Amino acid sequence: MRNDRPETGGFFQRDRLWHPPALTPGYKTSVVRSPQRAPIAFPHTLSEVTGPTFGRQILGELDNDLTLNYARPGESAMGPRIIVYGRVLDERGVGMSNVLVEFWQANAGGRYRHKKDGYLAPLDPNFGGCGRTITDEDGNYAFRTIMPGAYPWPNGINDWRPAHIHFSVFGHGFVQRLITQMYFEGDPMIWQCPIVATIPDRRAVEGLIAALDMQATVPMDARAYKFDIVLRGRRSTLFENRLEGN
Amino acid sequence: MAQQLGRLKESASQTAGPYVHIGLTPNFCDISGIYPEDLGQPLVNDKTKGERVAVVMRIFDGTGTPLKDVLVETWQADAEGLYNSPSETRGAADPNFQGWGRFPSNMETGEIRFETVKPGRVPFPDGRMMAPHISLWIVARGINLGLSTRMYFGDEAKANDADPVLTRLEHQNRIATLIAPRDGDTYTFDIHLQGDRETVFFDI
Ligand SMILES: [Fe+3]
Repeated sequence: MRNDRPETGGFFQRDRLWHPPALTPGYKTSVVRSPQRAPIAFPHTLSEVTGPTFGRQILGELDNDLTLNYARPGESAMGPRIIVYGRVLDERGVGMSNVLVEFWQANAGGRYRHKKDGYLAPLDPNFGGCGRTITDEDGNYAFRTIMPGAYPWPNGINDWRPAHIHFSVFGHGFVQRLITQMYFEGDPMIWQCPIVATIPDRRAVEGLIAALDMQATVPMDARAYKFDIVLRGRRSTLFENRLEGN
Repeated sequence: MAQQLGRLKESASQTAGPYVHIGLTPNFCDISGIYPEDLGQPLVNDKTKGERVAVVMRIFDGTGTPLKDVLVETWQADAEGLYNSPSETRGAADPNFQGWGRFPSNMETGEIRFETVKPGRVPFPDGRMMAPHISLWIVARGINLGLSTRMYFGDEAKANDADPVLTRLEHQNRIATLIAPRDGDTYTFDIHLQGDRETVFFDI
């Protein structure tokens, strides 16, 4: 159901046992970057329940097409062509309109366009690796890209990241802000990855694995993966006899 | 058995990783031509109302080394204490101040420097006024779930002493970790992820 007026309630408490803890020694960098003391809770104020909004005018025509947004005229990025689509929902199941979704990824060989990435797989001159879109009134988003490659990374001597796409999502309140990663159905590397393994609950990992959706495929063009993203739910406040947001 | 509540679970967080700049500030890391400019800066323009101030921030790991691959987002009220957000019900915020910023640290020094206006005061749910503050959200490689904290202003001692969030901290000796001292027009805010001076982070 759609909301006619902006909601102003506080958000559900975050389930910190569902998210990765700060200290996860299997992911070595976390050891010196994890706060040791308990985070302090307090009731949400306007500083927490408000958040920035982004208008569609920031979007360029190719922002949601990574196969073309860095490519030379008439060319396109190398690799298996895919469409990633889904909805941004909150924990109540309400589709979240007008949220900025940003994504970034390695190229088909597993190499990032970043001076810190020294992996020997080559850069693709037609692939930049980032895109963005804004959800529609029901919370839907979609973009076109190429399947990213798996890549090795310095953690253990032979750790590899499964193919993945990084996602950054805004909600309607600043404390809904979330960064996560999308994995691909059927990839055996998911269950070998120390970063995936920071998530304690297998069901929470499964919530990050996009499903291959042959019905959403564009024949002779691109396969499709469906990836829904869930942000924190909001407490309803009674308004004129009904709970807003429900 | 009762009826099911049918709630979904929030998507689990994953680290922003070492290449967060590609996605969030591509122009900063030399990927040009996709977006005309990176989002979230500058915060102020010629018409923005309020007192201009600068903030210099560094984020230190447990060995005392500044993070050089960190990205911080800021969220604050305008000079009148109003948020530029649909959920702000008290009035219209300064249209020349979005209130949201996004800042990657300098890749060599780890420093973050930005200009903003000093925010006005915003109420706590019980009506008491909070001291001026900027909400911060910190992501980087090695951080599994974005860290939330606040920066308070060192020259607001009276407001800080009565702030409903600061006064509820059990360990009052940790309040200093949330207060940025002022020198001229510049506030310096050092964030420590670990150690004796570990910054207070919030579960919000
Ligand atoms: Fe990655």
